[in-house]
Amino acid sequence: MPSTGHIKIPAVLGNLQAITDCVSDAAVAAGFTPRRVGDMELALEEAVTNVFKYASPGNPGEIEITCAAGDGKFSIEIRDWGKEFDITKLPDPDLSQNISERPIGGLGAYLIKRLADDVSYRRLPGLNILTLVFNLEIKKQ
Amino acid sequence: MNISTKKESAALVVTVSGRMDAVTAPEFEKSISDFITQGEKAFVVNLSGLEYISSAGLRSILACAKRLKEQSGKLIFSGLQGHVKEVFSISGFNGIFKIYESDAEGLKGV
Repeated sequence: MPSTGHIKIPAVLGNLQAITDCVSDAAVAAGFTPRRVGDMELALEEAVTNVFKYASPGNPGEIEITCAAGDGKFSIEIRDWGKEFDITKLPDPDLSQNISERPIGGLGAYLIKRLADDVSYRRLPGLNILTLVFNLEIKKQ
Repeated sequence: MNISTKKESAALVVTVSGRMDAVTAPEFEKSISDFITQGEKAFVVNLSGLEYISSAGLRSILACAKRLKEQSGKLIFSGLQGHVKEVFSISGFNGIFKIYESDAEGLKGV
């Protein structure tokens, strides 16, 4: 897959828009529909805000995003150098709970898993790599 | 994100447009929270102009709903479109909130 978008930037909330713009511009250029680009933006926001919050609290490091398009797929690779954090291992929330029972939070990783067609995580020494893949065709909900 | 309000006899109608993401969701939560502090107990939140919501927005909505529930208040939604409707559905929010097509129907449902 040829590289179509790349950004390496401090992992802080103020950079969310720059990261989103980088990826959505690449996805639009690769021919994805506004709806699929919307799915990507959402999954991306959930993944990068997890990094902002948990990777290195109080001492933000950097986050690096690389996206690539080809063969009807669009992949977004998110790298950070913070604490090990594997969202693929988080349990799904209990959607049957009422307002009082529902915990605040816990939906971000679930949204990523529901919206992306493939989610994979790798831990290398000192490095988290999360890869989200979206098919050009819309995944059946 | 833009927030505007209109006082009706049954509830305060809060119209939210734009994007409710990790950056803007706290503004929504603070706005509703301030109205609750001022004594408002029933809200119809019109999301017809909301283009995007993330889990940060859902988190703010749930936090407001929990606070209102403790005070026997109500948080009702109207006019969900496209992406926002889909995210409410995936998250199970359409099962825990009353959602109507229009403000008029929402006000009747208060």
